[in-house]
Amino acid sequence: MEYIIIIISAIFVNNIVLAKFLGICPFVGVSAKTDTAIGMSGAVMFVMTIATIITWLIKTYILKVYELQFLEIISFILVISSLVQLVEIILKKVSPPLFQALGIYLPLITTNCAILGVAIEASGANEFGLLQSTVFAIANAIGFGLVMILFASLREHLDLVNVPKGMRGVPASFIVAGILALAFMGFSGLV
Amino acid sequence: MNQVQNFTKGLFKENPVFVMMLGLCPALGVTTSAINGLGMGLATTFVLLMSNIVVSIIKKSIPPKVRIPSFIVIIASFVTIVDLTMNAYLPALHKELGLFIPLIVVNCLVMGRAEGFASKNNTFSSIIDAIGMGFGFAIALTILGGVREILGSGAIFGITLVDADLMLAFVLAPGAFIGLGYLIALHRLIKSN
Repeated sequence: MEYIIIIISAIFVNNIVLAKFLGICPFVGVSAKTDTAIGMSGAVMFVMTIATIITWLIKTYILKVYELQFLEIISFILVISSLVQLVEIILKKVSPPLFQALGIYLPLITTNCAILGVAIEASGANEFGLLQSTVFAIANAIGFGLVMILFASLREHLDLVNVPKGMRGVPASFIVAGILALAFMGFSGLV
Repeated sequence: MNQVQNFTKGLFKENPVFVMMLGLCPALGVTTSAINGLGMGLATTFVLLMSNIVVSIIKKSIPPKVRIPSFIVIIASFVTIVDLTMNAYLPALHKELGLFIPLIVVNCLVMGRAEGFASKNNTFSSIIDAIGMGFGFAIALTILGGVREILGSGAIFGITLVDADLMLAFVLAPGAFIGLGYLIALHRLIKSN
């Protein structure tokens, strides 16, 4: 039951993009087409899950034990950026098709604040255990993917509509995102 | 480049939020009030200034291959300083800004200026650039925070203007997207005239 609450809350109620405003850059940058949105979501899910597990282990077994919590930001960001490189190398060797699909999105993920945000939240304020953190990371990645794909499909339609000149492009996308956020507010109170 | 131009470009013409679309996560996430926007803007300005100074000084001794990780470590050190200092002296603001203080480290604006400007220019130009860009960011966040505060709760900088329930959605998540969308459109309109 506890895990179901974590999942529903992360996907719908406290959606990572629309309620917590993390990962806005890829949300605006690579959501012009549905294909790229799916690729990016896959890459985020992959890295977010691994990064959350590793940072949780580092925080619990190294930083907390030796009272080095002030090194949290530096160690987490270093782990995430080297992890992205490592994942890239391993994928290239082990699964070339997967690398073909996710490859170009992987370097962009280092500066995706959603990864660091979820890692800090899982091991910090929420005080989750390892399994809970893993579920939390996967659920957040699903929430990210859901919104990315929804938004990409909306933007594909938006290109065909006659929008006033000053509003064309990014401003119109933000208004659409606002309406999407309004719709997701309907889920609040669910958990 | 002319130093005056170097300073003013960040304020309006190449505003980090309205034109370059950098650092949008904090711009949307913390601007529920003008004072939060200003606090976040100044915290980012400090990190930007310090990282630009350090990067421009040691740029010659960093091997190009490990450039990005070195910049990240430099930025992360200053973010830690801001995080701990704010926690000690401004605990209320630190709590409001919450997760977005540690997330300055992945703010594309800070990384972008270190990589795009400070690693190619001298220290003085980098300082001017950082202050201009930082203030541009702070101004954008304060305006967005102000608009949301006025429309959502009828107040500005905590001073009540209208004592009534206004459009609550503007303080909540949807208002951030809609407010920023209209502000970008307005910025384009002013720029094209």
